[in-house]
Formats: sequence, structure tokens, C-alpha cells
Amino acid sequence: MEIFIVIIFYLLSTIGYFAYLFLQKDVFQQTGFYLLVAGFCCHTAAIGFRFIQSGHFPVNNLHEVLSIVGWTIAGVFLVFQYRFQLKVLGVYAAPLVSIVMVIAAKFPNAPHQMNNILNNLWLVVHVVAVFIGEASFALACGVGLLYLLQEHAIKSKKHGFFFRRLPSLELLDTTGYACILTGFAMLTFGLIAGFVYAKAVWGRFWSWDPKEIWSGITWLLYAALLHQRLTVGWRGRRAAIMAIIGFAIILFTFLGVNFLLQGHHGEFTKL
Amino acid sequence: MLDIVLMGLNHKTAPVTLRECLAFSEDETSVALKVFQESPAITEAMLISTCNRVEVLMATRDTTNAADTVKVFFSEFKNLPVSEFEKSLYIHEGDDAVRHVFRVASSLDSMVVGEPQILGQIKTAYQIAISKKTSGVLLNKLLHRTFFVAKRVRSETGIGDHAVSISYAAVELGRKIFGTFEGKKVLLIGAGEMAELAVEHLIRNRAGDILVANRTFKNGVALARRFKGQAIRFEEITGFLEHVDIIISSTGSPDYVVTRDQVKGIIRRRRNRPLFFIDIAVPRDIDPGINRLTNSYVYDIDDLKGIVDENMEDRNREAIKGERIVDEAVISFRHWFESLDVIPTIVELRNKMEDIAKGEIKKTLQTLKHLSDDDHEAIGRMTNAMIKKILHDPTLLLKSNGHHQNKSVYLDATRKLFKLDE
Repeated sequence: MEIFIVIIFYLLSTIGYFAYLFLQKDVFQQTGFYLLVAGFCCHTAAIGFRFIQSGHFPVNNLHEVLSIVGWTIAGVFLVFQYRFQLKVLGVYAAPLVSIVMVIAAKFPNAPHQMNNILNNLWLVVHVVAVFIGEASFALACGVGLLYLLQEHAIKSKKHGFFFRRLPSLELLDTTGYACILTGFAMLTFGLIAGFVYAKAVWGRFWSWDPKEIWSGITWLLYAALLHQRLTVGWRGRRAAIMAIIGFAIILFTFLGVNFLLQGHHGEFTKL
Repeated sequence: MLDIVLMGLNHKTAPVTLRECLAFSEDETSVALKVFQESPAITEAMLISTCNRVEVLMATRDTTNAADTVKVFFSEFKNLPVSEFEKSLYIHEGDDAVRHVFRVASSLDSMVVGEPQILGQIKTAYQIAISKKTSGVLLNKLLHRTFFVAKRVRSETGIGDHAVSISYAAVELGRKIFGTFEGKKVLLIGAGEMAELAVEHLIRNRAGDILVANRTFKNGVALARRFKGQAIRFEEITGFLEHVDIIISSTGSPDYVVTRDQVKGIIRRRRNRPLFFIDIAVPRDIDPGINRLTNSYVYDIDDLKGIVDENMEDRNREAIKGERIVDEAVISFRHWFESLDVIPTIVELRNKMEDIAKGEIKKTLQTLKHLSDDDHEAIGRMTNAMIKKILHDPTLLLKSNGHHQNKSVYLDATRKLFKLDE
């Protein structure tokens, strides 16, 4: 039942952020932020409790996996919000977390018989790092959307609702860049942890599993984006579009592969 | 009875030439206040003089006389016959005067609604009045209320939000692109009041190097010196596009000074750092096609005018909220003002009774020569006790806070019944 308390906090935070978007009173943004912090704390406690209770990292069904996804997005958002003060981003992050959690709550939370593979430290590192990376990419996508909205307003010279409420292109661009940089570092680290784990369990680093292939594609895409930024200065609009495309591929890697293709990651998203 | 009266003229009632003639410097204001202080008609006074208004705020018992005093003083001090400016004058009394002061300070009465300077100007005027000791209980209270109201209007409405001048609108737009101007290089092409003003705004916002390009190099050098910048030759513009971030153009050229092809090659060399063109020239200097290139933004004078108009409309909408705040404040000030009335009325009433008693005692005692001094005292005590008892209930009624709306009615009736205003 703790998940409902968490969801209520996240939903209230969403309301706070939307009130901020429309009414432009800072107090709403602060309320939204603290509600999200409260939700995140409850969420952390719930996951920790689950971990101790079951004795393994709680990612053995779709319900738990989505819960961890929501948890990492909330956590990563709080860190970025603290670092960049991009207040309006909560309008994207809070509902995103809420939706993920509502979907999570829809799936039954029946424990599966797991062969003790979830006790391995490398696996926990692999899952947490990859999820933090993907949460960062999710935020990069949100920032990218905001960038496109703002750029469109400036280019088309129609200064409507969003123009007044969104921050400067420069801030959006640097925040997006920081999200992608963090996401890329965490994804790389998580993939390495996955390889080490695969070697330990299956005796090989790489087994041409669909999930592995698509993760590789995602990694290459973001590597290319960062490379282009550092060499020829891909920034602004193009970087924003790439961040959105990248996140679409991540969504496919995360969900599509598990449901449409077969592979050894499948059991984590069993109903 | 003291009343608050405001008399003056502003940009709506008087042309600029007349306002110029009647403007008061700070020293002249001091002189004026001295004169008002000596006038028997004026109890308290302060004088507000800005480029858009000259107003005298007074506390007086005799509005007509006070107004005449001010008119005559204006006429003598500024060497202008009264008939020259009399028609432009407005006189507000009581609530109207209070509302007017609140509106002026909140910048609801300004030529550009929401401009922030007026509050500072009123503060200065009040400081002068304090130093000359021409402000008293009424004006002190009124001015403190005024500052409070003005702050409330500014913080609770968007009356001061968003630029309402072309050059400032351009700067605000730049902030939406760059976030901060720190280290951003500015290139000014040509010259012109609006363009130079925009450059000054940017410098105040800590922009980086300023470059100036002019067809006549000598003029460019002179302008560059003013901005502590560097002059470049007109032919060098293309080369410098790689290094500058904000280009402000205002030349008399009939053709585009910067074309799309010129910029296209530059974007890559700039590693996609954004370029912001502000085109203040008519006909335009900057090829509008540049706006379609990535990471470059072009705003011409019509675009900027459009923004200014929109912002102006916004301010006018916000001003309605401001008016409501002012109305509230006027009502609450009136309550204070009326409570202040009660005490003097009661005092005057008692004084009148005591005067009558004294007169009557004197008359009576003249015919009763056989009474001793002790008897005199006893009669005096008795009349005082009677006055006290008679006035007890009316005093309580006037002082009670139960019926605010009726208070002024009772006060008025009391003053009329006992003819206190003579």
C-alpha cells in the first residue's frame, strides 16, 4: 500500500508544478519541489524495506522495475533541479514520475521464484547505473522539448504562454548537455558492470541478446551526439532533437525489446 | 477642520512647454515649501516636481485660500501670469487627493504606466518636506501609506514587468537567448539613438567587448571611445561575425549590410554559438533570411515594436489590478483619517461648553457679590461636572468603533449642531 502514498505525493507535486506554470507564483514551485522530495523519501524507504524483506534487489517483476524507474527519475531530477535551478522542468518530471508510478501500480506485484541471481553486487550496480543513466536521458528529452518550444517562440516571434515561462535557450542547452553527459557516463558504467556480471554468470561478456544490441545502439547514438558537440559544436536545436530521438530509442530498448523480442532480460519485466 | 488637498498639473493637462516653465529644482522646492509654511492657509505641504508633473500636496483648513496662495506663488516665482496655467490645474480634495497620490506613486498615472522612477521622485520630495519640517501628522501618515501601496502594486501586479521601449525589449529578448550577457561581444553597425541606447543597456548588463563599425571610420572611432570599445572598418564586418554574439544595426544603407550567405558560412566556424541580430534600421540592414539559419535570430524594428505593444497592453491589464489595490488603500486611509477627526471634535466641543460656562459664571457672579472664594470654586466645580456628565454619552458614541459608515455622519451632525466650524 506504500506505493499509493508515494503516488499521492507525486501527484500533488505535479499539481504544484502545474499551478506554478500557470500562475507563476514561486511558492507553488517550492511546494511542488518539497512534495517531490517527500514522495522520493517515502519511495526510497519503501524500496529499502522491500529489499530487506525479500533479501534481493527488487527488480523481479514489471511492477518493481517500473517503481525503480520512477524512483531514479525523481532522484535524478531532484539533483539536477538543485544544481541548475531549472524550475520549470518539474512540469515535465513530476507528471512523468507520476505516470510511471501509476502504471507500476496497475501491474500485480506477485513475487517470482528467482534463482538467486539478484544478489550479485555487479547486477545491482548494473541496474542502478543504467537506470540513473536512462533517467538522465529522460530529463534530457524533457529539456530538449522545452528548448524546441522556446526556440520556436523566439524564431517565429510569437511570444505566447511558453516564451514568458521558459528560461533562456542557453540555460536549457547547458542543462540538456549536462543531462546527456551524466546519462552517458552512467550508462557506460552500467554497461561495463553488466558485462562483468555476464562474464561471471554466463562466462561471456557479450551474447548478442537483443537487449544488448539495442543498448549498444543507444550507447553509440549518445556517443555520436557528444562527439559532434565536442568537435563541431552540435548544440541548440540539433542537440535537442537528438536528445528526443535518443530517448525514443531508449524507450524501445527498455520496453519494446522485452515485449516484442526474446532475450535474457525478459524475466525482469514479467507480469 | 484639516483636509488633504492636492493641486497641480501633469502630462495629461499641460503641454511640455508649460511643465518645463513650472518645474522646480530641489533648491527651488525648498524655497517654495518655506513660503507655503508661512502662509496661514496651509498647515502642511510638500511639492512633487518631475518632468511629467508639478503637484503640491497640502493639509489645509481652507482649500480656496490655500489654492490661491499656491497659484500666486507659482505665478510670482516663475514669472508667469496665473491665467497661463490656471486651466491646466486640477484640485483634488479628501479621498480624491489621497487616491491621486496613491495612483501617482504606484505609477498608474504615469505617461508610461509602470515606469519605476516616480516612486523615487516622490520619496525625494518627501525627504525635502521633512527636512524643511513642512510635513505633519497627516502628510507623514499619507506618505508612509503611499510608499506601502506603491510597493504592493509593484509586487502584486505585473505592472512593471516586461520592456516598453524598443531598446529595452531587444535586451530582454537577448536575455531569453543568452541567459546572461557576461562576456558576450557586441557589434554596433552604424549609429542612432535607439541603437546606442541598446548598447548602453547591454553594457549595464555586463556585456563583454563592444565593437563599432561605421562607414566613416572617424565617426566609428568616436563612438567606440564613448563605449570604451574598439572601432573596426566597415569591410571587416564579415570577418568579425565569427567572434561577436550580438549585432545591433542602424545604418542608412538602402541594401542589406549583412546577407544570408555571409552568415551561413560563419555559423559552422562559430561552432553553432547563437547569433542575435537586432535590426533597428529602416530600410532593413539585416537579411531576414538569416532568421531561418540555425542558432541565429533576427529581430527588426517592427518585431520589436510588436513586442512593446504587447507588453504595453499587458501593463494596462495589470493596471486594473493596481487600481483595485489603490481603492482598498483609499478606504482604509479614510478610516484612519476619520478616527483622527473624532478627538479634535470632542476637544472642540468641550472647549465650547467650557467657554459658555465660564462666560455665564462670570456674568452670574458679578450680581452675587456676597459669595466667598470657596463658593466660587464650588460653583466652578459643579459646572465642570455638569459639562462632563452632559458630554459623556456623546463622547462615547463618537469614539465607538461600531459603526464606521455612520461615524462621519455623527461627526458632521455634532459639528453642525454645536457650530464647531466657525
